[in-house]
Amino acid sequence: MEEKIRLFLKRKFGDAVLGEDNFRGDQSFFISAESLFPICEALQDSGELDIKFLADITAVDWQGHESAKDGRFEVVYNLYSLSHCYRFFLRVRLPESNPSVSSLTDLWAGANWMEREVYDMFGITFEGHPDLTRILTPDGFEGHPLRKDFSITYEQPMFNWNKDNPPEVIK
Amino acid sequence: MSEVRTLNLNMGPQHPSTHGVLRVALELDGETVVKAKPVIGYLHTGVEKTMESKLYHKALPLTDRMDYLAPMSNNLGYCLAVEKLMGIEVPEKVKWVRACLAELTRVNSHLVWVGTHGLDLGAMSMFLYAFRDRETILDIYEACGGQRMMTSYFRIGGLAKDIPKDFDKRVRHIIKEVRKGLIDYEKLLTENEIFIKRTKGVAVISAEDAINYSLSGPMLRGSGIKHDLRKANPYSGYENFDFEIPIGKNGDAYDRYKLRLEEIRQSFRICEQILDGMPEGPFRAHVPGVVLPPKEDVLHKIESMIFHFKIITEGFKAPVGSVYQAIESPKGEIGFYITGDGTNTPRRVRVRPPAFVNLASLPKLVEGGLFADVVCAIGSIDIILGEVDR
Amino acid sequence: MGLEEKIPDSIMLTTLDKMVNWSRKRSMWPLGFGLACCAIEMMSTFAPHFDLARFGMEVTRPSPRQADLMIIAGRVSRKMAPVVRTLYEQMPNPKWVLAMGACACSGGVFNNYAVVQGVDRIVPVDIYVPGCPPRPEQLIDGILKLYKEVEKDSLKVHSEKLGRKLG
Repeated sequence: MEEKIRLFLKRKFGDAVLGEDNFRGDQSFFISAESLFPICEALQDSGELDIKFLADITAVDWQGHESAKDGRFEVVYNLYSLSHCYRFFLRVRLPESNPSVSSLTDLWAGANWMEREVYDMFGITFEGHPDLTRILTPDGFEGHPLRKDFSITYEQPMFNWNKDNPPEVIK
Repeated sequence: MSEVRTLNLNMGPQHPSTHGVLRVALELDGETVVKAKPVIGYLHTGVEKTMESKLYHKALPLTDRMDYLAPMSNNLGYCLAVEKLMGIEVPEKVKWVRACLAELTRVNSHLVWVGTHGLDLGAMSMFLYAFRDRETILDIYEACGGQRMMTSYFRIGGLAKDIPKDFDKRVRHIIKEVRKGLIDYEKLLTENEIFIKRTKGVAVISAEDAINYSLSGPMLRGSGIKHDLRKANPYSGYENFDFEIPIGKNGDAYDRYKLRLEEIRQSFRICEQILDGMPEGPFRAHVPGVVLPPKEDVLHKIESMIFHFKIITEGFKAPVGSVYQAIESPKGEIGFYITGDGTNTPRRVRVRPPAFVNLASLPKLVEGGLFADVVCAIGSIDIILGEVDR
Repeated sequence: MGLEEKIPDSIMLTTLDKMVNWSRKRSMWPLGFGLACCAIEMMSTFAPHFDLARFGMEVTRPSPRQADLMIIAGRVSRKMAPVVRTLYEQMPNPKWVLAMGACACSGGVFNNYAVVQGVDRIVPVDIYVPGCPPRPEQLIDGILKLYKEVEKDSLKVHSEKLGRKLG
């Protein structure tokens, strides 16, 4: 299965596949941001590969790590084939300034909330998303909690008990 | 022509049948739902961020508090993911005990679901019966982990302590009691005219849409897709057990109800197989420096104590790389995506929340239907807000 | 109700106090309001095994306007905090608040950006029941302790206390 997907990607999108990795049996392909949508579209229509299930979208913030030189953010797409029971990952690296990638909501309706969550937590924008708003944090929240430079105990002054006297941030 | 106006109605966050603090902004035309927009985040706890700031061992108790009706499933998913990251192989006995408790957790979760779903639809007594039977399962949690709900009984590389001596007897007692209870539930709901009217043909989702919305668990199987991670990608010894995957036909709330009851029966089948063939052996893998040594050794052996101290204070260093381990929780596919970066805390812990993804399909389920069916649709998804919001 | 301020201190008032307190504590209606894990233990408390109905509390009221006791069962996130406060303010006097669980008492294990570190920052709490989650017996014990407090209440003092609380 792994071989088939590799061939499929190589044949159709030779240059777009930047590399691959197999860690503890989890196969992943590194692809460029602009080729994400066409690759996913092709995979969805790939017939016998039967990759129709988008299990998850998430992101990793590599700030402060040596691999951040390829781009600070890594968006991870978790794809699954129901008939072959096979899972693999597509990874897209995004730069620190203006991280943005095209939205998959046109292909999978389930991508809607997953992308909103990534936007809320990391501040990565998804172009073409119908309703890219915060989903978990309250309205008027500042910052993106899962970024590494966001302090975990940060208390945003939102209520009158800490509005005038904002608490100290412990780094 | 008079103007047609719709009514905006806010359901929640404090509403008796939203199973917590879900808010649904509804747009109604008379009794028909035109638009529904779930608003979540009222229980956002920052679990992922907190886990990223902790050592691998110490992040474990947080997993209980996400899907608090299925604590063992969450523990299992997290432990398996870290074991995969560290390349630890656990003893056979641990796998079987974990599978047994994960199945009991499934029963626990489904019992609460049946109870509260019945309560939502007006069958008050269902709640009383389901909670009566659930107490038997909580008893075994307490016997194993010392806590009724947040057990944290599994550890990375094994179990917190050995199973109690009367484990076999206790599990068989649960199976007997709940099987008896199942007959009651069937009598109360399955043939109940009102229940059938409220659930049949309500909150329908087709197989195609189910895949498109990335649904998993009973939501996916209710639409007729035979997919269960226990069979598809077996983990924790599930390849040894013989069980069926129940599926629905119409993808409505009634099918999902039938399916969940059938899953309880299948879980008991697995439990019985586990009890009959429970292997002997240690309850924790022996991997110095990564897996905590058993408490007995810590008290009596100096090197175990040193390892224990080192693991608790410094933790262990994980390799650079990402692993994903998904298991079939009662709600669907719960997956842990853990990225190690060479330090003793994870770079990223992502929980793929089944209820969050399933809840995203709520507009699809209720739009065009009647207002009263919204309650039934929310109930039939089986959401746990702790896990939706994390 | 507002009338109690007009009643002068007398033997009559103390007798009336006793009667009012007795009836208040024996028919305390909690608000049916669950937040997180502790809500499940709260439900267990209402369920057959522990049966809170023994203490006159079997009726949970979905509407805050009919409730006397607010059991804050679980962690309160910052998004939820204004809602909790609104619910509290919608409850008629006299009202009591019980913080159930470590998260409601102090923030618990979640010392982070999302969780209010102790629900007493947003509503006045009468009794704390720590534990993660507390067993139903603990919750019942907490409620019985609250009853003892209610017994000591006087109509007059209570109205003064409320004035202080909300001021």
